[in-house]
Amino acid sequence: MARMLLSTEPIMRILLTLLLWFLAWLLWSGMYKPLLLGLGVLSCLLVLVLSLRMGFFRQDVFSLHLVWRLLPFWGWLGKELIVANLQIARIVMSRRPAISPTVIKLDALSPDPVGQAILGNSITLTPGTVTVDDHEGELLVHCLTRELAESLQEGEMNRRVAALGKD
Amino acid sequence: MAQALDVLSWILLLGGAGFVLIGGIGVLRLPDLYTRMHAASLTDTLGTLLIIGGTMVQAGLTLASVKLAAIAVFLLLTGPTATYALANAALLAGLLPRDADMPEDLPK
Repeated sequence: MARMLLSTEPIMRILLTLLLWFLAWLLWSGMYKPLLLGLGVLSCLLVLVLSLRMGFFRQDVFSLHLVWRLLPFWGWLGKELIVANLQIARIVMSRRPAISPTVIKLDALSPDPVGQAILGNSITLTPGTVTVDDHEGELLVHCLTRELAESLQEGEMNRRVAALGKD
Repeated sequence: MAQALDVLSWILLLGGAGFVLIGGIGVLRLPDLYTRMHAASLTDTLGTLLIIGGTMVQAGLTLASVKLAAIAVFLLLTGPTATYALANAALLAGLLPRDADMPEDLPK
């Protein structure tokens, strides 16, 4: 582990991330006794080991411009969430639920894995559509009704997610 | 003022409880695993958000509210990941959606 850390991982980024995690621990805990501080250090180190095993520091996952673009995207997603929630609630509570389950393939417009993960999770988060598979950018999506499948294929969410990653 | 905030938080809490209840009813009513997951996501999204929103109104502008907001963000990030793990595991185990239109070139 130590050799891997020294040879391939960017030390400065790891130290900065550790510092951020520990600050987060302090903020969430709000108690500054030696026992809790020690547990915080141990937790941060444990998360570091897990992140290294995942190869988290080997690729640029988070960049600042993504964060700023995420906020308006979340606003749009929140609006979609409310609409979809009401739609599905109406279907569930109707006397005979009018469902027409449909599975579709959707090609993610975003070329990088992070964009595809954001797209897959956004689709799943919206009630009525669940991503069941992602194979190299080709998502398999289960939709509760055919109309939901069609509106997904119009691709507004796909375009918005792809726009998040553009330089 | 305090009363208005109480009323607002009760509206949010009851609305959230309503979505959790409807999600539960949906899980019982819909026919198979995949369609039931759609109903369960009502509980994950608006149900959770409204209940956390209602508790935030009760907590006011405090650190507790910041923590509640962080909980909401973490739930919204991890919920769909767990749902994906469940749906993908079911698909890989060979469970096909019941009565669903499938893409033509998908191996059955």
